[in-house]
Amino acid sequence: MTQSSPAMVKAEGVHKSFGQVEVLKGIDLEVQSGEVFCLIGPSGSGKSTFLRCINHLEKINAGRLYVDGELVGYRQKGDKLYELKDSEVALKRRDIGMVFQRFNLFPHMTAVENIMEAPVQVKGVSKAAARERAMQLLERVGLGDKAGNYPSQLSGGQQQRVAIARALAMDPKLMLFDEPTSALDPELVGDVLDVMRDLAESGMTMIVVTHEMGFAREVGDSLVFMDGGVVVESGHPREVLTDPQHERTKSFLSKVL
Amino acid sequence: MTVDVSKTDGPGATPPAGAEAIKAIPVRHPGRYVSAAVALALLGAVVYAFAQGKINWGAIPEYFFDGRILDGVWNTLLLTVLSMVIGIAGGILLAVMRLSKNPVTSSIAWFYIWFFRGTPVLVQLFVWFNLGLVFEYINLGPVYKDYWSSFMTPLLTALLGLGLNEAAYMAEICRAGLLSVDEGQTEASHALGMSHTKTLRRIVVPQAMRVIVPPTGNEVINMLKTTSLVSAVQFAELFQQAKDIGQNSGSPVEMYFLAAAWYLIMTSILSIGQYYIERHYARGSLRSLPPTPMQRLKSAVLPTRRAKGVTA
Repeated sequence: MTQSSPAMVKAEGVHKSFGQVEVLKGIDLEVQSGEVFCLIGPSGSGKSTFLRCINHLEKINAGRLYVDGELVGYRQKGDKLYELKDSEVALKRRDIGMVFQRFNLFPHMTAVENIMEAPVQVKGVSKAAARERAMQLLERVGLGDKAGNYPSQLSGGQQQRVAIARALAMDPKLMLFDEPTSALDPELVGDVLDVMRDLAESGMTMIVVTHEMGFAREVGDSLVFMDGGVVVESGHPREVLTDPQHERTKSFLSKVL
Repeated sequence: MTVDVSKTDGPGATPPAGAEAIKAIPVRHPGRYVSAAVALALLGAVVYAFAQGKINWGAIPEYFFDGRILDGVWNTLLLTVLSMVIGIAGGILLAVMRLSKNPVTSSIAWFYIWFFRGTPVLVQLFVWFNLGLVFEYINLGPVYKDYWSSFMTPLLTALLGLGLNEAAYMAEICRAGLLSVDEGQTEASHALGMSHTKTLRRIVVPQAMRVIVPPTGNEVINMLKTTSLVSAVQFAELFQQAKDIGQNSGSPVEMYFLAAAWYLIMTSILSIGQYYIERHYARGSLRSLPPTPMQRLKSAVLPTRRAKGVTA
């Protein structure tokens, strides 16, 4: 949370269109290192799309997006932009963990194999070392006894915790959470939020798209309310959630709180 | 209530105390007896007709393990395996080409599939055999040079004809398999920093296999039978050998039956192999795999805890 260090993520006028539909209409924001940054808003407001732009799963059409001071997806030489090669994009993605709404665990691998996959295949870590690390991570998310289970043998909450462990295995400097609890039964949400809270306390920089206002209020350092592809309101979660300034924010919060 | 549940062992066990067990007279299905009798009578009539026909059944065991027949069986298997190898390799290549973003490669793949799927394989075989009219020589510079007619042996003709035709079908099967894998899998893999190639090889293809294997098994069995067409270009596979023996020994029909029996044996063995391969790729998709027939047999024969529970 040191203000002097450069922002972990910096967006300047980010635009994104799918065909004729403009989903992001100029997003400006900064996420500081070590911060838990929450994105809220109605569905279709562009918050998930913005998250996917950060690790270049989506290409932006205009504006600039920086992660840790480096441009996402492009290299700037003079006033010209050069698209990065696939291998260069992949290299940058190593440092950005992502957790999906639908978990997206690899169904043909056990929990521990899911976690070992990227360190072994991408970083060239030995299988033994990767397995040891994977077991530690499984312990950390409270699933030490589920190492040999396939995803289909795990509950949604357990799958999501394995997915978090899988992302952590790459030692990311930034974690992106795309509605990590939206596909879960209400009683399983708590376990996943506990793991995320624990992660936040360890100092991880996290950008969380969420509908869990309680989590945003307790754990979040900053909060942004998005609607219609623009940032409507931002500030400290407690201020925005309890004393929203804009009408749109007020009406959204009155429906979800 | 829980006390009784722990003692029962599935349906058919004693009902919970307090409720009276149902002893109803089952519904009669007289139609089933009638249809069974009709079917048996028809089957009997067919068997009788064949037994009474002018067929020298004794010739079949006499030639069953004849050296020429065994050669034919071997050649059929060889042709099946090699053609399928060409077919699968070509099919994967064509599937990736069709899904490629490059419009030229995807169009070429589309054209290939259109051509080879749209013409009969027998016609293709004859075309390969007689391509000497187009290419008089085959000339690979200093490596190889010969007349087309002497280069195109029956085996090579058969391999090219069957393999290239098969590639068109396998391409569609592989493409369906690759498309069946959820896009979230590719995204998750990319988000972890894995390259396109690694994503394809480690994440997408293993999952696509579950969709690809069953129809490929059918293709193998189909291929085994389609190899009989190759007798048209004088390749000595099973059907060709059986025909030869039939003409020389004066019992052609008997040899057709013999060939049919050998084809049945080989396709049956392939079906068993297919079962186990499908099982391998189903891992992770089912919570627990069903037991194999062997495991079922073992648990039925050997006294296990479960068997004891049933008999008690």
